[in-house]
Amino acid sequence: MPEMLEVRNLKTYFPVRVGILDSLRGKKYFVKAVDGISFSIDRGEIFGLIGESGCGKTTAGRSVLRLVEPTGGEVIFDGVDVLKLGKEELRRIRRRMQIIFQDPYASLSPRMKIGEAIAHPLIIHGIADRREAREIALRMLKRVGLTPEEEYYDRYPNQLSGGQRQRVAIARAMALKPDFVVADEAVSMIDVSMRASILELLEEFRRDYRLSMLFITHDIAVARLIADRTAVMYLGKIVELGKTRRLIDNPIHPYTKALVNAAPSITRRERREKVKLRGEVPNAVNPPKGCRLSNRCPFATDICRTKEPELREVESGHFVACHLA
Amino acid sequence: MLEVENLTVHYFTSVGIVRAVEDVSFSVGRREWFTFVGESGSGKSTVAQALIGLVPPPGKVVGGKIVLNGRNLLEMSEKELRSIRGKEISMVFQDPMTSLDPLRKIGDQMVEAMTEHGIDEEEAREKAVRLLESVNIPADRMDYYPHQLSGGQRQRISIAIATALEPCLLIADEPTTALDVIVQEAIMELLNELKEKGTSITFVTHDVSLAFERSDRIAVMYAGRIVEMGDADELVRNAMHPYLKALLESVPDVCSDKEVKAIPGNPPDLRNPPKGCRFHPRCPFATDICRTQEPELREVENNHFVACHGVV
Repeated sequence: MPEMLEVRNLKTYFPVRVGILDSLRGKKYFVKAVDGISFSIDRGEIFGLIGESGCGKTTAGRSVLRLVEPTGGEVIFDGVDVLKLGKEELRRIRRRMQIIFQDPYASLSPRMKIGEAIAHPLIIHGIADRREAREIALRMLKRVGLTPEEEYYDRYPNQLSGGQRQRVAIARAMALKPDFVVADEAVSMIDVSMRASILELLEEFRRDYRLSMLFITHDIAVARLIADRTAVMYLGKIVELGKTRRLIDNPIHPYTKALVNAAPSITRRERREKVKLRGEVPNAVNPPKGCRLSNRCPFATDICRTKEPELREVESGHFVACHLA
Repeated sequence: MLEVENLTVHYFTSVGIVRAVEDVSFSVGRREWFTFVGESGSGKSTVAQALIGLVPPPGKVVGGKIVLNGRNLLEMSEKELRSIRGKEISMVFQDPMTSLDPLRKIGDQMVEAMTEHGIDEEEAREKAVRLLESVNIPADRMDYYPHQLSGGQRQRISIAIATALEPCLLIADEPTTALDVIVQEAIMELLNELKEKGTSITFVTHDVSLAFERSDRIAVMYAGRIVEMGDADELVRNAMHPYLKALLESVPDVCSDKEVKAIPGNPPDLRNPPKGCRFHPRCPFATDICRTQEPELREVENNHFVACHGVV
């Protein structure tokens, strides 16, 4: 399968505001939110990105679309390095690269009818005139299950439930027929009884449009359900990457083990393997030397505290960044 | 130890009366972990707030009894309630900053929680150190302000404060919802230790997996009512209410490749809940009686209660 998106050594650093003394001394500090990650997503593939808050997964998603400016690396989308594009070219390529946010209430204008919210980007991108855009928006509303679509077209976001608003956000992104979508915690705010239908909808668009997706989530059970392959991030780095089921059923990196082990489950009332990490995630301004997990990892040895482990292929298609793997 | 009968709470809003909790009855035994699980708007948090007398306006408890160790809390004065809060019944919130003062050192806050109830300062200070250690926080954090600690540490401290006077009942309303899973797991472990030591836990969560993994007994809420209640193991194996069955089918599982199915439709508007069973508009098995008559919560098997006309 051809790659739709290839991310190489992507870095996004944010400057930290410093005190006056440090600034006089010319000292600068950075939060290395994303610190050299690489992965690729095939056409029609859903690629999961999981990790705890502050691990850099959201920044990674936004950097790929250049909603935040990366510090370095390459993002090859359909053969073009997105990071090298000028403003106009970027605007053009954005039609093909969309994003769905966690909170549809924040991404939909409260004063715009939802039908217009879907039609508007079509006009902006010059895909359709006003009348055609309306036609497409109606079709999309029907497609995401908001029927009768003529009636829904004229509603405002506050007249919809959270699940329905997320359907609108999906319809708006999909109306542009993108090749690639970042879904950032797209089902996290939706009640569990309605979550499955949103996931199903994304699954349908993947199949029908051969859509590639970067699916960012903190919920490992959701990743298991939808993502073909998944990468686990910790403090700006990918620590493990592989086929989702394999990665969850047989995690190799101690961090992945701890993460999977801590996720609640109805079917497992006994924890399989207790990997207890010490303390909590440290400050990203000054991550530990060597392996970033070394100060919390129960298996850490001297090499872990001095040398940063590289992401190596330990089984076919299964990559781990751990000296002990 | 705690007996709640026909608890009913309404919110008197400018756009109508929201019937948030209707006719809820349950009991929590000593050293028991009892969980309310439900989706947004099910009334689970309102139940928790009512237990400790903290339903925010325009909400009001309009009926029922809350009997803790033989005394009805709903008949007590605010002064009497205050002497009980912390000492007999205590609460941990989703956001620990609800109960922590951002401008004061955490040690001082812990000490005050105890001296308010007549413990002398020196003893309170010693106890605060022990409490911090019991929740895995080094004693030198006594001199820290809340903002100097992580979210997980703050939640541990609010648990330490809530349990400082050894209340018999700890109410925990979504205490881990704002936390990552690894920290969540540690907090759940901590609550479990408290239970082992004799505290009863009333836990409120929207997370079905979390509820079933840890609880002794569970009440499942839908649109302000308990629809099913019983031992956690029993409810998983033998769910009877169509809502609980569908809810369990909608939950993805980290350990298995089970398929998930959404529940069609939306929860009702509680200003104007449907007649009869509140779940009937979404229930595939609804018959005429479901649309007209409200089902009662009945014990259909030993300690297994269901509110459904279709369950015999």
